[in-house]
Amino acid sequence: MIVAKRKPLDEIAEMIAPYEKVAIIGCRSCVAICLAGGEKEVKMLVSAMKLKNRKDGREQSLDGFVLERQCEKEWVKEVEEKILDSDIVLSMSCSLGTQTIGDMYPHRIVVPGLNTAIFGVPEEQGLWSEKCLGCGDCIIDTTGGICPIARCAKSMLNGPCGGSSDGHCEVNLDIECAWYAIHERLKLQNRLELMEYVRPPKNWSTSHSGGRRIIVREDAKLTPHQKRGQEVLE
Amino acid sequence: MSERRPKIVGFCCEKHGMDCVTLAARSERQYDSSVRLIQVPCTGRVDGIHILEALENGADSVFVLGCLEKNCYYDTGSIEGRKRVEYVKGMLAETGIEPERVEMFNASSSMAWKFHDIVSSMKDVAERLGPIRPGGGDSE
Repeated sequence: MIVAKRKPLDEIAEMIAPYEKVAIIGCRSCVAICLAGGEKEVKMLVSAMKLKNRKDGREQSLDGFVLERQCEKEWVKEVEEKILDSDIVLSMSCSLGTQTIGDMYPHRIVVPGLNTAIFGVPEEQGLWSEKCLGCGDCIIDTTGGICPIARCAKSMLNGPCGGSSDGHCEVNLDIECAWYAIHERLKLQNRLELMEYVRPPKNWSTSHSGGRRIIVREDAKLTPHQKRGQEVLE
Repeated sequence: MSERRPKIVGFCCEKHGMDCVTLAARSERQYDSSVRLIQVPCTGRVDGIHILEALENGADSVFVLGCLEKNCYYDTGSIEGRKRVEYVKGMLAETGIEPERVEMFNASSSMAWKFHDIVSSMKDVAERLGPIRPGGGDSE
């Protein structure tokens, strides 16, 4: 899932300070699970901002609500009235939700309340770790199901670097060396021969390095005729 | 003009927290009546939003009173409560509001004296800082 972290409150306050009517919109998907932008977090932010405004003697209307999924236009449409009624939207979702609202209502100012951080996994309560970079060409079938692109600081493809020590990464000793983890996993699976498999240089054009990526599934796309029908219905 | 009384809100767990309050109420020493107590099943139930909304609704200071940490009726409830109080204190500091307006305390059923101390320390904070507004308590 996408893991995000709330921006510092003074940064949020500075962004919304010049505006009178603020709509604070959360999301019940990934950012609710990572305790950054769900129902509770939105309520707490609204409350904290109201207190700050009281302390600073500022008049501002703060209205908080939460969508099922902020990155899908259908859900955003549900609160269109509130978005159009506000001077600024503070999006408490990942950057995808923020940009979805921004693209749908380009004449409205939409600012992020969260820093979108990683594709991560909740390892334990309150701890999320990065496990994917979205490179667009998954190779974990040959690495025991562990991604060296995301979990190795150098994204090494053919074994650990010289900095691997006692199973830890030289960049941060609290982090396990991805290639040590891969070796241990393959040993467990009796597939250690895969450690000798030489992976050729990776084609990074499928990653962000190849420019903005767009994924199309032709059979799911609406035909021009269907699109016209949908427009009529709307 | 009548003197303004501080507004203090206390979230007390229904086990050791409220037992401690009951004992304090029965003792000869009186505690300040400006404190409003809210009984909760466990301090682990107290969420940041409850504390923030208490402040938003006019409380000058808020405290959470739970069982002693290694003697919590629900094992780790008072530890959960403390973590949330610390989080809220962090949020308050970020917004420029005095974090000492919010505190977590632990007591056992027999520590009536501690409840008196808690109320008087939170009253001191409330009187010193005054309501949350530009200039704090001085502007009234």
